[in-house]
Amino acid sequence: MSLVHEIDYGTPRSKSAKQVTLTVDGQKVTVPEGTSIMRAAMQMGTQIPKLCATDMVDAFGSCRLCLVEIEGRAGTPASCTTPIAPGMVVKTQTERLRQLRRGVMELYISDHPLDCLTCSANGDCELQDMAGAVGLRGVRYGYEGENHVFAKQGGAANPSWLPEDESNPYFTYDPSKCIVCSRCVRACEEVQGTFALTIAGRGFDSRVSPGMQESFLGSECVSCGACVQACPTATLNEKKVIEIGKPEHSVVTTCAYCGVGCSFKAEMRGEELVRMVPYKNGEANRGHSCVKGRFAWGYATHKERILKPMIRAKVTDPWKEVSWEEAINRAACEFKRIQAKYGKDSVGGITSSRCTNEETFLVQKLIRAAFGNNNVDTCARVCHSPTGYGLGQTYGTSAGTQNFDSVEDSDVIIVIGANPAAAHPVFASRMKKRLRQGAKLIVIDPRRTELVKSAHIMADYHLSLLPGTNVAMLTAFAHVVVTEKLYDERFIRERCDWDEFQHWADFVSSPQNSPEAVAKISGVPAEQICGAARLYATGGNGAIYYGLGVTEHSQGTTAVMAIANLAMATGNIGRPGVGVNPLRGQNNVQGSCDMGSFPHELSGYRHISLDEPRHLFEKDWGVTLDKEPGLRIPNMLDAAIDGTFKGIYIQGEDILQSDPDTKHVSAGLEAMECVVVQDLFLNETARFAHVFLPGSTFLEKNGTFTNAERRVQLVRKVMSPKNGYEDWEITCLLSKALGYEMNYGHPSEIMDEIARLTPGFANVSFKMLEERGSVQWPCNDKAPNGSPIMHVNGFVRGKGKFIVTEYIPTDEKIGPRFPLLLTTGRILSQYNVGAQTRRTANSIWHEEDRLEIHPHDAEQRGVRDGDWVRLASRSGETTLRALITDRVAPGVVYTTFHHPDTQANVITTDYSDWATNCPEYKVTAVQVSPSNGPSRWQQEYEEFSRETRRIAHTEAAE
Amino acid sequence: MSSSEDAPHDTGNKLVYMANQIGTFFKSQDADTAPAKIAEHIAKFWDPRMRRAIVAYLDSGGAGLDPAARQAVETLRASIPRS
Repeated sequence: MSLVHEIDYGTPRSKSAKQVTLTVDGQKVTVPEGTSIMRAAMQMGTQIPKLCATDMVDAFGSCRLCLVEIEGRAGTPASCTTPIAPGMVVKTQTERLRQLRRGVMELYISDHPLDCLTCSANGDCELQDMAGAVGLRGVRYGYEGENHVFAKQGGAANPSWLPEDESNPYFTYDPSKCIVCSRCVRACEEVQGTFALTIAGRGFDSRVSPGMQESFLGSECVSCGACVQACPTATLNEKKVIEIGKPEHSVVTTCAYCGVGCSFKAEMRGEELVRMVPYKNGEANRGHSCVKGRFAWGYATHKERILKPMIRAKVTDPWKEVSWEEAINRAACEFKRIQAKYGKDSVGGITSSRCTNEETFLVQKLIRAAFGNNNVDTCARVCHSPTGYGLGQTYGTSAGTQNFDSVEDSDVIIVIGANPAAAHPVFASRMKKRLRQGAKLIVIDPRRTELVKSAHIMADYHLSLLPGTNVAMLTAFAHVVVTEKLYDERFIRERCDWDEFQHWADFVSSPQNSPEAVAKISGVPAEQICGAARLYATGGNGAIYYGLGVTEHSQGTTAVMAIANLAMATGNIGRPGVGVNPLRGQNNVQGSCDMGSFPHELSGYRHISLDEPRHLFEKDWGVTLDKEPGLRIPNMLDAAIDGTFKGIYIQGEDILQSDPDTKHVSAGLEAMECVVVQDLFLNETARFAHVFLPGSTFLEKNGTFTNAERRVQLVRKVMSPKNGYEDWEITCLLSKALGYEMNYGHPSEIMDEIARLTPGFANVSFKMLEERGSVQWPCNDKAPNGSPIMHVNGFVRGKGKFIVTEYIPTDEKIGPRFPLLLTTGRILSQYNVGAQTRRTANSIWHEEDRLEIHPHDAEQRGVRDGDWVRLASRSGETTLRALITDRVAPGVVYTTFHHPDTQANVITTDYSDWATNCPEYKVTAVQVSPSNGPSRWQQEYEEFSRETRRIAHTEAAE
Repeated sequence: MSSSEDAPHDTGNKLVYMANQIGTFFKSQDADTAPAKIAEHIAKFWDPRMRRAIVAYLDSGGAGLDPAARQAVETLRASIPRS
């Protein structure tokens, strides 16, 4: 194995279709119009010396190292900023160029330390490489004069010298090694879009400066790592590289955080991970990353990780470490005992949206084939199940319509109920890039998210609606589109059912759906609704991106249908730049849905009652399957409380923290006789577990993840599982103990089974993914190269279906006791329940969940910034500290749920979406009042937590 | 845990609430077809014990069930497998 080398072409790829031929060093080369000479040369394998150029950012032309000679042109132009022209004749190496370059390098090196041997970038430094490339053999100028290199100059302090900035937990900034190429500044602007860095000063005083000469941690820096990646020297360097040394081999794999699915090179030394570097060929992220995927992987080796199986008779007993055999047998015996006593349907399981497709597939197979029922569900129940149902009904597939690249062709972007800058940061950066190029933006969100206004981004419309009024708002958009005849009649006649359209058009045109009527419900002025709707309908390619702010409502499914209607009515489906794009939360939540994790359907979204697919599975698996739908997560908990559901196998999911109405979840878990948790840590759910099976991280297994754009990508094992087994192997052990043997030598064999049984995956195999890098389903004989964009020549279901979307207000209503609306969300540095990110240095950015409250509401209640407040709803109460901000409107409060001690879900109710039971996390009526500290529930919980996490360690045998 | 002293979550009431919620959506599509659509939705997504429970609830009076949902539950009986 060796390091995966990526070619740096120096400047970005030109998208032009027109090809131009030129001659470089006597060789003809043909490249797209608009390509730089530097890139054209690299394309034929000639690397022109360079320092300030890199292909992730636009050419800058400052280092003067990449000079070339062009026949018929005077001087020596920079090859990075000079575009090619037909018939151009370029020389990249002449005596004159050699001398010029050597002179430039001599000047650079005269203000750079010569500690290469002990430098952390030794062997991975472009300055070092260029000194070699230009044949630098000496520096005539000495270090006596003014410099940035030494702390002291002639015994006195050197005013030009700056100390190292180690404030960021993951990388250092050493100004003495900086050559002011400004690659970091441009990466921060162009790639990440945060604009946290600048060059302060002029000439010799020029310095890279985070914010206004602040520390990296104190500045606006979001620690995405783009600057570190762009830095050609050791100026910005990962602390892990400084600590461990240069990696010796690397493996391309897929990030296990959010649904963007970034591709990374895991750079290793033996089995030790040195760093994760975003992979440029990754089609989801195109070489970019965020603070989670790039840096927050330390949880994999965190001391709290559980590596030995454990069992206990009662949840109040301490855990006892046992062998794998004993733990697996205990779980299997318990499940068999329960089924014998309470019936076949008294047990079930939850698949993990953090595990691979193969692992998820096996868990649902175990439940259907070994348990013999369909009581399987997954965390998508609580996030995007309405997307599955809503888009399935309207379009015929349960997934987003576009790839991420599509955003580069969008002219108007609607972001509704999503905060991509925090939850899908790498995609947000790609979207921001397009917005800076001039695309228009409509944000529909109760809260002023970062997209509404941030560096060089300003939404054209921010419709700050009351939580729970999405359906009314979207239908009002449709009202404007229909009554002002802004719809695309040709598209509708061609691709949709015209009668259904007319029925729908009549409905949306009625006065109760007018912007004026909806203004009263949503609190958004009618003229803003009209303006935004007109912009979407007439502004060119219109794309809608949405998140859990749409789905997690009583009318989540209806809102998804309303979005689908709007896109169809305006013809914004079936080509690049448009579409309906659910931003999926977890790394493999799309995959877990695809793999048949829902209780009513087999992989590929085929209902369990349909004989044809069921018989296919029965034949393949050698069992008879139950044709009745099983229980969904909330139904399992209800059934547990009712006494008909007694045992559960939960892989990589923490329902006690993540699911709504904590008291209901804990009552359900408490009522079960056997709870088996397979996880990395003793998570919140494990408090109620009887068997704990230690899981493996994404670094320790092979498999695939499917991201929000339906992209199936390989996850590659870079180290041995510290717990002994990959998660799929554990499921096989359990299944065998249950009496249903599954035999696989490698996850690729599981994928072969998936492909055999799932039409949309028919042509997917590990071999294909090895060759292609990734593929977007459906991938079969009809679409052998996959499907970057769906519904291109018509809808999957045949005709697109318009569905009437009547606004029904939620029953969760504010009143005198609970006058405020609580809505929930996420923050950039933490991920979901925080089990992983809280065990990394990311907590430096977010140590606790805070309650955002508008100054007006805070003042009324005598709450000051940072005060402890009591947050109460009809379901329960908790306490946390207030954060006073006008990001939220008066009447609305907001918090995150990354920390278990906050217990935000004690507050949320058990109201749920009408079609899918997806919980209504986004609307809870609450009251806020000053408080002295943790609530009684929090104290009891803390105590219970200590008690249930005790482990009685076994002594070594010798 | 203090959870036990809180109001019990009555699954019967919850199922009624869910059935009515489904009913509200399908009534907004077409009042005539609503009962059939509600029944179809419930048969597709509720496990047999939930269907059995709502039918039993109807048999014991079915208080609170909206007329369309009530009609739907009537027709559900046939879809429930014998336990």
